[in-house]
Amino acid sequence: MRQTVLGRTVRGIVLVLFGLFFFFPLYAMLDFSTRDFQGGRTGEAWSQLLQDPTLTSAIIASLVLALLTVVGMLVLLVPTMVWVRLRVPKAKRLVEFLCLLPLTIPALVIVVGMRNVYSWVGYLVGDSIYTLAFVYVVLVLPFAYRAIDNSLSTIDVVTLSEAARSLGAGWGTVITRVVVPNIGPGLLSAAFVSVALVLGEYTIASLTNYENLQVVIALLGKSEARTSVAASLATLMFAMVLLLLLSYVGRGRSVREGKSQ
Amino acid sequence: MRRKSVVQASVAVAALLLTACAAPEDDNGSGDSGDGGSGTDAATATSAEDFGGMDALIEAAQEEGELNVIALPPDWANYGEIIETFAEKYDIQVNSAQPDGASQDEINAAQQLEGTDRAPDVFDLGQSVALANTDMFAPYKVETFEEIPEEFKDPDGAWVNDYGGYMSVGYDSAEVPEVTSLDDLLGADFKGKVALNGDPTTAGAAFSGVVMAAVANGGSADDVAPGLEYFQELNDAGNFLPVDPTPATVESGQTPVVIDWDYLNASLAENVSGWEVFVPEEAVIAGYYFQAINADAPHPAAARLWQEFLYSDEGQNLWLKGGARPVRGEAMAEAGTIDQELYDALPEVSGEPVIPTNEQTETAAAYLSENWAKAVG
Amino acid sequence: MPSLGLLPFLGYLTVFLIVPTITVIVGAFQVDGRFSLVNIKTLFGSTAMHALSNSMLLSAATAVIGAVLGALLCYLVVNAPPTSLFRRAVLSISGVLAQFGGVTLAFAFIATLGFSGVLTELLRSTLNVDVFGSGWLFGLPGLILVYTYFQIPLMVIVFLPALEGLKPQWREAALSIGATPRQYWLQVAIPLLRPAFLGATLLLFANSFAAYATAAALVSQGQPITVLLIRAALTSEIVLGRADLAFALALEMIVVVAVVMVAYALLLRRTSRWLR
Repeated sequence: MRQTVLGRTVRGIVLVLFGLFFFFPLYAMLDFSTRDFQGGRTGEAWSQLLQDPTLTSAIIASLVLALLTVVGMLVLLVPTMVWVRLRVPKAKRLVEFLCLLPLTIPALVIVVGMRNVYSWVGYLVGDSIYTLAFVYVVLVLPFAYRAIDNSLSTIDVVTLSEAARSLGAGWGTVITRVVVPNIGPGLLSAAFVSVALVLGEYTIASLTNYENLQVVIALLGKSEARTSVAASLATLMFAMVLLLLLSYVGRGRSVREGKSQ
Repeated sequence: MRRKSVVQASVAVAALLLTACAAPEDDNGSGDSGDGGSGTDAATATSAEDFGGMDALIEAAQEEGELNVIALPPDWANYGEIIETFAEKYDIQVNSAQPDGASQDEINAAQQLEGTDRAPDVFDLGQSVALANTDMFAPYKVETFEEIPEEFKDPDGAWVNDYGGYMSVGYDSAEVPEVTSLDDLLGADFKGKVALNGDPTTAGAAFSGVVMAAVANGGSADDVAPGLEYFQELNDAGNFLPVDPTPATVESGQTPVVIDWDYLNASLAENVSGWEVFVPEEAVIAGYYFQAINADAPHPAAARLWQEFLYSDEGQNLWLKGGARPVRGEAMAEAGTIDQELYDALPEVSGEPVIPTNEQTETAAAYLSENWAKAVG
Repeated sequence: MPSLGLLPFLGYLTVFLIVPTITVIVGAFQVDGRFSLVNIKTLFGSTAMHALSNSMLLSAATAVIGAVLGALLCYLVVNAPPTSLFRRAVLSISGVLAQFGGVTLAFAFIATLGFSGVLTELLRSTLNVDVFGSGWLFGLPGLILVYTYFQIPLMVIVFLPALEGLKPQWREAALSIGATPRQYWLQVAIPLLRPAFLGATLLLFANSFAAYATAAALVSQGQPITVLLIRAALTSEIVLGRADLAFALALEMIVVVAVVMVAYALLLRRTSRWLR
């Protein structure tokens, strides 16, 4: 399609407008959080991120929750998905439907209905913010499923596992030493998306009265606006770095595969 | 194929069964922390005598070592200093959860955390929530119980009013002209400047603000429609700002006019010079908060010591310092134990105070929940 | 029996997803443990209906705006060569921004358009224009603006594959038998893209309707939309005993989102035929 000068100018202008719309708020966060009341610049709000005890404990809690969620998701999903491919292929649509179900059932609905379940969790495991990981695993399922499924589709799971079994490997070895190393990118992708989601989660934590990162940021917003904006920007930067790393990992793999062919 | 449907069916049945049950009630599993060495069951003590005197109570509380409070913002009626003073005086660690929470959050937390060490020990509740949940309170009479007027306490001591105030309009006199009546706020000088502390259908202070507007405009505690109309006018004029006022928003100039309890408005004066507080004389709406001890408190002795502290002269004067009217105020003024300077510094209030009863609040609340969103959006 | 291997997964989902959902559905029809239709009737009362219509308006507006602008952005991107930095950047950034929601986004906009926001002060000092006004940002208009911020990238992610699926050979074929570019668009491309576009719009609608965190962080007074009405029902200290109403409202949400997602799934099936 030939690009006329007019076409290209219009295109350029539209892109600049989009760019402004999406990047101005990010710049505004940076500006707002480094403001001094006298009109100068200060890093005070940012240093508060490391000093305010409520905030630091919330950051740690959220990071630990993210880790627990990733582990829980991997332990729950990977064996199940491999098992489905190998032994119960008819269940694929059921598993897929169930994994996509959390997209249809809003987190708000889950938190409204989960009090009974969580009273059991509290009774059996104890009361702690880390019990949120159980429900977070459910929230990340749609994204993790898609990532792992894409990855599993690129390798021939059936042949690999048959070969391993014929050499005497047990099911555990098949999953951990044959399949998992080959779906690395998919697992990393699922892990990154899960971390981003857990770090940004507010709905369930706030309505169960736990103080995770987003809840504390919202609380701080009432008294210390600059610090909460700084924390928001930091969370966003962190998630951006994670997701950009993720896109590099994905591309690295396919480039390697392309070259080997 | 049949096997799969058996699996599915059993899963479905399990789901339905699980839905119906909650976990077995943990029968005060952390009650061990309450025994201490005093030999008394702190959880059923109804006065200091049951412990064997104040000193024994202090000992029992110190053995427990901790107190869980909830929804106590440090700048609300000077709670920050009260908590610090108590913690230092008795060497007890005070865990302050959800400082931003509302009364219902306190009850929700007590129910969710029942039987755990994190459950709140004591409550400070608005009227509606307090009177709706009296079965969760443990009766206790503090040493100064007799000095508290009848209408401010439950005869068994299940709940006792602790401090109160009047609905007021606080404003930054450097930003807006003097306010002498609620109608002033409808003027053009107040465009985008008037904030209410919360949403009247969810927050007690905001609800009382609407009652104040109602009474000032010919309504009463039974009829809050004029109050709703007032706020509708305020909104139509573009003067109403749907933002929660905080010390930060007042300092930055975002909310130069705040409709809130007078003691909360008084604390704002610390940050803003020229902050004035006005209580309309034709609409004096009084509101008291309710203290209660959680019947399932994980630290029952500490909870009771906290009550004793709050109702002692020291505690009551600390509340006075926060601009609130302590419930023993009159008795202390007579006895000369009140901080006279602070007492005189409270805003001038003339006119008959109105305290909405529980029934009036319920009717008004139902009316507002139907109509507030439509009026103000 | 091989399907037993699925039991841990099924069990986990039952406990943490199915049971809460059933609790909500059952609870909507109960008051104090006994069967009652009172809460369902409240759903049709003026407050709940007002909130529902606002939620629908918010979701529809942000879905349409997001879809149109997102499709436009897709169009601009798809014309760039496939390995260009620009295209990869747009895709990566869209991936990040589509997840950027909730509290963080609310504060981003408060920092921009709030009372002391960067843009507010800029406009105030240079053009003497007060863009903050009476706090429109903290009500429905504000929500529409803020939601668009994550709806557009979501549209890019969902719709770009469809736009890329338009093979250039089809355009060449159409032109070679005498069609004008305009005819190609009207009679070939748009009909092919329509299911995908509509499906993506529906997805945006559901996404907006179910979103809670952004609204909760931005709106502190009033319950203009259904999700905030649920929050009020759970936490209000003025109108008590509303937990059952929260169940009914949650049921309402499930129904709306389910209907939309089913329609989306049907449209998706139609699109995938052409994308192969």
